[in-house]
Amino acid sequence: MTKTAARRPAATAAVAVRQAPAPPPAGDRRRRRITDQVRAYGFLLGGLICFALFSWYPAIRAVVISFQKYTPGSSAEWVGTANFTRVLHDPEFSAAWRNTLTFTLLALLIGFAIPFVLALVLNELRHAKAFFRVVVYLPVMIPPVVSALLWKWFYDPGAGLANETLRFLHLPTSNWTNGTGTALISLVIVATWANMGGTVLIYLAALQSIPGELYEAAELDGANLLQRIRHVTIPQTRFVILMLMLLQIIATMQVFTEPFVITGGGPENATVTVLYLIYKYAFLYNDFGGACALSVMLLVLLGIFSAGYLRLTRSGEDG
Amino acid sequence: MSSATRTLISPATLARPRGRAAYWTVFTGVVLLFALAFLFPVYWMVTGAMKSPDEVAQTPPTVVPEHWHLSGYTDAWDLMQLPEHLWNTVVQAAGAWAFQLVFCTAAAYALSRLKPAFGNVILGGILATLMVPAQALVVPKYLTAADLPFIHTSLLNDPLGIWLPAVANAFNLYLLKRFFDQLPRDVLEAAEIDGAGKLRILWSVVLPMSRPVLGVVSIFALVAVWQDFLWPLMVFSDTDKQPISVALVQLSQNIQLTVLIAAMVIASIPMVALFLVFQRHIIAGISAGSTKG
Repeated sequence: MTKTAARRPAATAAVAVRQAPAPPPAGDRRRRRITDQVRAYGFLLGGLICFALFSWYPAIRAVVISFQKYTPGSSAEWVGTANFTRVLHDPEFSAAWRNTLTFTLLALLIGFAIPFVLALVLNELRHAKAFFRVVVYLPVMIPPVVSALLWKWFYDPGAGLANETLRFLHLPTSNWTNGTGTALISLVIVATWANMGGTVLIYLAALQSIPGELYEAAELDGANLLQRIRHVTIPQTRFVILMLMLLQIIATMQVFTEPFVITGGGPENATVTVLYLIYKYAFLYNDFGGACALSVMLLVLLGIFSAGYLRLTRSGEDG
Repeated sequence: MSSATRTLISPATLARPRGRAAYWTVFTGVVLLFALAFLFPVYWMVTGAMKSPDEVAQTPPTVVPEHWHLSGYTDAWDLMQLPEHLWNTVVQAAGAWAFQLVFCTAAAYALSRLKPAFGNVILGGILATLMVPAQALVVPKYLTAADLPFIHTSLLNDPLGIWLPAVANAFNLYLLKRFFDQLPRDVLEAAEIDGAGKLRILWSVVLPMSRPVLGVVSIFALVAVWQDFLWPLMVFSDTDKQPISVALVQLSQNIQLTVLIAAMVIASIPMVALFLVFQRHIIAGISAGSTKG
């Protein structure tokens, strides 16, 4: 009964006029199709508005504002490529890109090999499996701000745990986040510690999907442990390795929390990242045009990696 | 089950005395490594908050507090207005979760089952946002939230500034849509023949069958809001309305170390508790998500 009541209203009048000469069944079908469409869009509406406002519109707006002098509240002014040239000549610009790329590279070197080896070892262990999984994922569930503050305290040159451990082992202490040469890698360690759990779990799942017969056959052929890793494990998990590598590049190129909380971009701009610079342009310099010009550059670069990721996952689904 | 699956090292090798010795050596090593790398920092944080301000700054540090103080925790609770900030976080996370469940589920259902005109174009537009890294767009997103088009309202310093952008979550929407695609056709058709409306079908047929995916989406939604920092930092300039992550950083500058550490522990408890309760589902979700792409 609610069904018939709901089907009547809206959007039928115009159709009725146009469809007047047509036989009733066709008109009914047309009317029904339109009410179906109205209903479908009713379900879609909330989601569509949110996507339009907070995903599609900002993407367009980033490009538009990057060519404007824009201050909230007053009218925008077209300035051509002035924002881009200004940003490009900022000494912090090259520092930010250099830091971001170095960060990404170091995160790949450290944050990539370690989880893989760890997953490899964990997959061989037959006891306390659940315990290992929970413990390795624990840091991921700690809010990133807390892990950043926690490591800031560890890196404290005075009573920080990092230097205390080195002293305890009679090793030379380090400046950690206070040294221009060591600050960036100190942040990479934090990010790796905090995010490794997810990577390890995904590798473990991939390793478990390798058919055991492959290892048996390799062993019968006389392959030793390293040869089995090289010729069975790595080829069998190649797809997951590549996928995670791209995801990690995309994530680390957007690093913000660690430098913002731990070092504030210092010392001497040694840890300013691109996203941090975007934040500074918008909220310290009040230069939204410059911030959007930077955003567009980051967007283009990351878009390339994202496209690679999507192509990869799609080909993985087909094959 | 686990003994039957063959991995890198054969069961025969492990059964030999040398293999068994090597296995237990590696096992002990991994346990120690995990305890040191992942559990010890957490232990250090929880006990650090219980040391006296002098003890926490002392070199060499004490592994076990000389005297156990709870004042760090009680001071953090009172001085840093933790109840207020925790409540803000709960409101923001719960609202984002509710908005996502309502709007993403409805949209996913429409895209999956109601065949809207240009449905593929819309789906393409939604999936395209997966390619656009969210953080790179925070500034124009902030400008939009500060002055919404047409209605010229500001969402700044308002939980809606968290709730509405949370709905634009292509990953969760796609997860739901794919799940709805796989529901058995005949069950839905039977409901339709019985005269149930679309909303009725969604509510009493589709949703009860979708419990697993709704669970995954709920956890993702809650965790994402609780862990987020940059977006709430931009949205809430008003100290009273800040979630705990933003408040912690803002207050960390001029507060006693033990009190700050205690506040960090308190801020971590809800998510760690959520994880420990739902660890099976969370770990299974992550592992499954990887292999299915």
